[in-house]
Amino acid sequence: MIATALSTTGFSQEVFDAFLAERDEPGWLTDRRVAAWSQFNKLGMPNNRDEEWMRTDIRLFHFDRFAPFAGIEAPSELPPALLATGVDLAGRSVSLDSRSLSNEISDECAKQGVLFGSLDSLVKEHGNLLRPYIERQLVDPNQDKFSALNAALWSGANLLFVPKGVKVARPFHSFTAMSAGGVDLGKTLVILEQGAEATLLTETASTDPEAGGMHCGSIELILEKEARLRYVNLQNWGSGVWHFAHQMGHVGANAGLQWTIGALGSRLAKVNQHVALTGPDAEAQVNGVMFTHGKQHLCYNTHQHHKAPFCRSDLLYKSALQDKSRTVWRGMIKVDEAAQRTDAYQRNDNLMLSTAARADSIPGLEIEADDVRCTHGSTSGRVDDHQLFYAMTRGYTRQEAVRMIVSGFFQQVFDRITIESVRDALGEAIGRRVRDIEE
Amino acid sequence: MTETLKITNLHVAVEGKPILRGVNLTINRGETHALMGPNGSGKSTLGNVIMGHPNYEVTDGTIELNGEDISEWDATERARAGIFMAFQRPMAIPGVKMADFLRHATTNVRNPARKEGEELIPMRQFRKELTEKMEQLRMDTEFARRYVNDGFSGGEMKRAEILQMAMLRPKFAILDETDSGLDVDAVKLASQSIAQIGKETAGGDQMGILIITHHDKLLDQNTPDFTHVMLGGKIVETGGVELAHELYTDGYDRIRASYPEAAVAEQVMAEVEAV
Repeated sequence: MIATALSTTGFSQEVFDAFLAERDEPGWLTDRRVAAWSQFNKLGMPNNRDEEWMRTDIRLFHFDRFAPFAGIEAPSELPPALLATGVDLAGRSVSLDSRSLSNEISDECAKQGVLFGSLDSLVKEHGNLLRPYIERQLVDPNQDKFSALNAALWSGANLLFVPKGVKVARPFHSFTAMSAGGVDLGKTLVILEQGAEATLLTETASTDPEAGGMHCGSIELILEKEARLRYVNLQNWGSGVWHFAHQMGHVGANAGLQWTIGALGSRLAKVNQHVALTGPDAEAQVNGVMFTHGKQHLCYNTHQHHKAPFCRSDLLYKSALQDKSRTVWRGMIKVDEAAQRTDAYQRNDNLMLSTAARADSIPGLEIEADDVRCTHGSTSGRVDDHQLFYAMTRGYTRQEAVRMIVSGFFQQVFDRITIESVRDALGEAIGRRVRDIEE
Repeated sequence: MTETLKITNLHVAVEGKPILRGVNLTINRGETHALMGPNGSGKSTLGNVIMGHPNYEVTDGTIELNGEDISEWDATERARAGIFMAFQRPMAIPGVKMADFLRHATTNVRNPARKEGEELIPMRQFRKELTEKMEQLRMDTEFARRYVNDGFSGGEMKRAEILQMAMLRPKFAILDETDSGLDVDAVKLASQSIAQIGKETAGGDQMGILIITHHDKLLDQNTPDFTHVMLGGKIVETGGVELAHELYTDGYDRIRASYPEAAVAEQVMAEVEAV
């Protein structure tokens, strides 16, 4: 637990030193944190001359406006968890402002050697087991200031570890909450050993839908050979939250990852989502559902990296944009020379609900092998007046018609999501947000 | 009292250009009217305006349903009041299944006061009714699971429109070239279906039907009580079924010769269109 003494504003040396002093972590981990902290201080803020940041303006973001571990009073009630409704879970964990609040795991899973819950605690109990995975550093602390900061200060983190051959049918659920003006430096680490199978539903939300705050997070998914993971990540922060995230999945031989991202919240989001297919016959399906409104800005850099032959990757991102919101998607399929017989696909569809909304869609291919199939596509369209009229002549109100057309737009991606509670939660959350199209 | 859809001196413009120039038409429930006329004469416009398409501006005249002027109502209100149009080119709504679309539509039309989010017709009852209607129209049940008009052939779209009419049970139906793009057998089936549906509508009263067509085949089973000819944005002549046969066989030369003013207007409208 972090003492309330750490209330200095900003990410100062004092804050970092006090953080380390409170942690009581193994030396190897402290060393990692110290190195990353030094990197954080060395790296400059990204700027708009950088290709990756030229469409995403963070000049209004300042680290010193936020106080990590400030001991903000916990609200009496957490926001509702959307993905867990009516779901029989194998385990659940809750954190608030980067502090673990509760962790539960079914007896059955615990007996099988599954670890689930607070990485902060579990790394102390299972250091030898977890060390090699943490030291792989799938998310490179040196990538930018945000990856360095998370590597230095991650806390309130989640772990799911499933041992070799263990198949867990029921989903795990982890809920990460942030109070108004709070800071979340969460990390999710999933390790599936050979042949293991699991489903993890994670969601993040603010205690108030209009709250501000800052999230600087990381996700690392490690699938050893023949493992199968369904992973869902719903970002539902308050409308004033800055969201910076580095996300990386490694999929081994014959393993399969289905990764679904839902993005509804935040003021500005900059997400790097990277999937690497590292062994032959690995498979990754990536689904993205975004709904933006107000002046939201969501930027996703996706990377499908084929390192081994006979792998398949299939990415479908769909966003609907209301008001003056904006999305940026930059997709890259990279095929290494060794990755013959790659089958890779990426697609991004955007539906504009207002003339002031804007979607940038930038697919990319970088192919070094010569026997591959790589395709990409992107579309941008508006809700059509003729479609609306047609639905209205069938008794739909205009509002009902817009909602129906938007839900139809997302159906193709919902059809791919095999978890009913996730489809329902996303569908309902989007339906509630659709107001009307603007002329 | 017989319910009536009455159009009086209707003038309509699009982007300031006149398209309808004083249309008069009265349809009582139980009557079948055929509306014929050359391309560009304003037939589809009339249908769209009766439905409340926002792109058309009513510059003069009235559209009355049972004496109430509905020309300011939006399409939703008109649909819920029992007016229906089978479109020549219905819009696709990708991702929305025909059955889901129709369950909402049917609930809304049968329960005009329904607000969004209120209960839909029970699934079991809806399914049963939909299956019956699809069997009557010899449609494969797979159809209900397809996305609305998405990738439909011309014939499939037309049959889907008739299916919607069967489910919505309107008081007044406008069929805009429901026969175009159909082969002879399909037109025959459509013709029979429309006649059948026309007799089965809500409240036991028959539908009032306005059939917009270039042919007379759809009229085989739906003998019009009146045939109207439109030229240059006006209904210039009204007759019985024999007029429909005449126009189909002989074309519009006699009409143009008899109504030179409308023929001139037709020319002007065609030139404006070409610009």
